[in-house]
Amino acid sequence: MRAPMIGSEIERLIQLLSKLPGLGPRSARRAALHLIKRRDSLLVPLSEAMALAGESVRACSVCGNLDSRDPCAVCADHSRDRSIICVVEDAGDLWALERTRAFRGTYHVLGGLLSALQGVGPDDLNLDSLATRAADPAVREVILALNATVDGQTTAHVVTDRLAEADVSVSRLAHGVPIGGELDYLDDGTLTAALRARRPL
Amino acid sequence: MEWDDQGILLATRPHGEGAVVATLLTRNHGRHSGLVAGGRSPRLRGALEPGSLLAARWRGRLAEHLGHFTLEPVKGYAALFFDAAARLAALSSACALVDSALADHEPHPALFDGLLALFDLLDGPAWAEAYVRWEVGLLAELGFGLDLDRCAVSGANDYLAYVSPRTGRAVTASVGEPYRDRLLPLPDFLAGRGGGGPAEVMSGLKLTGHFLQRGLLNGSLPPARVRLQERYANAVARGDQIG
Repeated sequence: MRAPMIGSEIERLIQLLSKLPGLGPRSARRAALHLIKRRDSLLVPLSEAMALAGESVRACSVCGNLDSRDPCAVCADHSRDRSIICVVEDAGDLWALERTRAFRGTYHVLGGLLSALQGVGPDDLNLDSLATRAADPAVREVILALNATVDGQTTAHVVTDRLAEADVSVSRLAHGVPIGGELDYLDDGTLTAALRARRPL
Repeated sequence: MEWDDQGILLATRPHGEGAVVATLLTRNHGRHSGLVAGGRSPRLRGALEPGSLLAARWRGRLAEHLGHFTLEPVKGYAALFFDAAARLAALSSACALVDSALADHEPHPALFDGLLALFDLLDGPAWAEAYVRWEVGLLAELGFGLDLDRCAVSGANDYLAYVSPRTGRAVTASVGEPYRDRLLPLPDFLAGRGGGGPAEVMSGLKLTGHFLQRGLLNGSLPPARVRLQERYANAVARGDQIG
């Protein structure tokens, strides 16, 4: 029997790297080799950063965002408008909206969307804490920034139902023609939604 | 093997990072699944929503293999109902029922045409009645049809008002009255007396739900169907306009 070409530590590193999004076994091997070649400048700092993140990053107890402090940086920022809550599916969506710098309110992370196939029901989502937050008289509006998909909009309607008791207005992101979109290339559904959501100039 | 057909997307599940396994109700090849390479790409993602009508080409070495789909969007329906909670729930429910109830590769062209007709009617005023009629048609197409033409006891067909939960056969108001607690109410619009409206639709959903659960789905309705009935019942209870 031939001896293994590489040690079990490297094998394990490759195996774990190959589970990351965008990496397969071959690219994981290249990444592992790259890390090992840059041991002091990349491998050790990366492993330390990952260990630190693993220890300190938690879901914010207020909004569900991921951060190393609780409440998270967004919830702790007193300059934000606390009368508006923007509801998103996960922390990635929150970060995307933050990158725009177009929103200065607070967020609420649902932690997923309703999905029959993945067995996600209303009880699996972070809805109770949203209802509690929305019941605060200081909150005037809840914006549903959820995907323009059947699962996303079904979830939006369930959230709207859950907020029926609260004295807040519920709005959602507009659906329609994207910036740079050419009508000729848009699908029927997007065009229909855009026509229905038209507004005066 | 290779074939071309039209298909209505019933469900997708992620496969790897960029692909999905799509399940379609095709006109001539029944419920059929296949791998869609790039199914999560921006180009295709919007077209792969439940209810979308697609031009499908399936390729596989053997008919039993999963195979690959190449899909082109023809018409999307879901986006029409994004703002109408109950209609969106009806579209999701219809797709989930077909996905749960049909065996693979068994052609049901009438069901394909019926589902497309339902999607068109969901945009109209009597959408809820149309949905209940579609479920009655689904039961009939799959061999669990209700007998709503004449009374199972007297043979009469005047004022059929109840359905036996065991046999699925209608009975008249006079015959069924002593047993009304054990029978399912038959809505007027299913008995050919016109009518309709929220209360009648609720009766219809309970009626078809009972037989779907009992006959087709081995005891449990898909969550999307449960949500439709709950949403409709809540809206009726609150007296809301049902959109």
